[in-house]
Amino acid sequence: MNDKNKIITGLVIFFLVVLFPFWFNLIFGAADASTAPEPELTEKAEKAETCVAETEHMRTEHMQILDQWRDTVVRDGQRIYVAENGKEYDPSLSNTCMDCHSNKEKFCDRCHNYASVNPYCWDCHTYPEETE
Amino acid sequence: MENSRRRFLKNAGFSILGVGAGSMLIGLSAHTSKAVSPDAGQRPQFSMGDKAMEAERWGMVVDTRKLNDSICRKMQEACHSIHNVPEPVGESAQRDQIIKWIWPTEFQHAFPSQEVEFLAEDAAHRPVVVLCNHCDNPPCVRACPTRATFKRERDGIVMMDFHRCIGCRFCMAACPFGARSFNFRDPRPDIEDENPDFPTRMRGVVEKCNFCAERLAVGKKPACVEASDGALTFGDLNDPDSDVRKLLAEKYAIRRKPNLGTFPSVFYIV
Ligand code: SF4
Ligand code: SF4
Ligand code: SF4
Repeated sequence: MNDKNKIITGLVIFFLVVLFPFWFNLIFGAADASTAPEPELTEKAEKAETCVAETEHMRTEHMQILDQWRDTVVRDGQRIYVAENGKEYDPSLSNTCMDCHSNKEKFCDRCHNYASVNPYCWDCHTYPEETE
Repeated sequence: MENSRRRFLKNAGFSILGVGAGSMLIGLSAHTSKAVSPDAGQRPQFSMGDKAMEAERWGMVVDTRKLNDSICRKMQEACHSIHNVPEPVGESAQRDQIIKWIWPTEFQHAFPSQEVEFLAEDAAHRPVVVLCNHCDNPPCVRACPTRATFKRERDGIVMMDFHRCIGCRFCMAACPFGARSFNFRDPRPDIEDENPDFPTRMRGVVEKCNFCAERLAVGKKPACVEASDGALTFGDLNDPDSDVRKLLAEKYAIRRKPNLGTFPSVFYIV
């Protein structure tokens, strides 16, 4: 009973240390690390209004779509893609995706850097040089 | 005591049963709701397109009588520039690390098994253009552990999936024609004018002629055939009325190293 103060102080210190990542992030990290990046659309992408699938779907599934494109084009030789919206596309990263999203740094890289993923598409596939 | 324990066990048993059945029901309902999701009727589809050229077995006939050094250079230039094949210059141009899809050589090297004693001097050194033979029985495909090299059953083209290649080079050891090259270093700095419509390769990947599969898909003949001034003919070997078959019916043609049983699809009129 006499150690009540010591125990409480100890508990406070303990929780401060254990919860360090949370309060540190709340106080200091809010500015950059915790805000999700905003990929920028080019004029052309905005005009097109719709991608090969719904925006939500593209956001979460574009890598699966690209994988499917890759396998179907390279291995089955089928090079016409009719999307859900009924439009025909050339299933090609360099020629179709990058045609609209020609701003790799402000579109692809923003999220990829934020999520710390490092796709190796660009080792072989080319992207339009950004002029700015 | 006896009674309460019995009741406890009973209750516990029912609860477990209930939880199990409940989660199963939830799982089932989630499953069925997925199956009738709105876009089920209009899945994205792939197709060949109307423009694509198709054949049962693509093949090529090379008329060596029409070849000379400048035509050979023109064909190589046409192929290598559209396929982003690096042309290293200066220090990095080591002879054993050169990458080539199609290249000129001499008759005696292209056909070593065509053993003719006292072969005429001009015949021995006559230029012959060589490339991947897209063999009907390709040893490179059998050697590849990842199936990065595969034969398209639809049209007989021996293709490479660069995404899959791990650079083990088994295929290079297996190919008796030296048709394959290995990227010992990043090829990009050595590509002068990159063709944005075709990918480059990366370090550690094997590459070779793909019979211009990407051009056939849009109804174009291979680039080397177009640049050949009529020395190269391209067509379906399984179609008796095709240009290549007509040519083969008329002229005596040979294939490279036929004794190895790879059944090349590239023929040479000599
Ligand atoms: S020439 Fe060589 S690389 Fe081409 S299919 Fe035949 S074995 Fe394979
Ligand atoms: S180097 Fe690539 S293509 Fe050749 S056998 Fe290995 S994985 Fe297959
Ligand atoms: S068929 Fe196409 S890939 Fe093959 S050598 Fe000719 S141009 Fe090059």
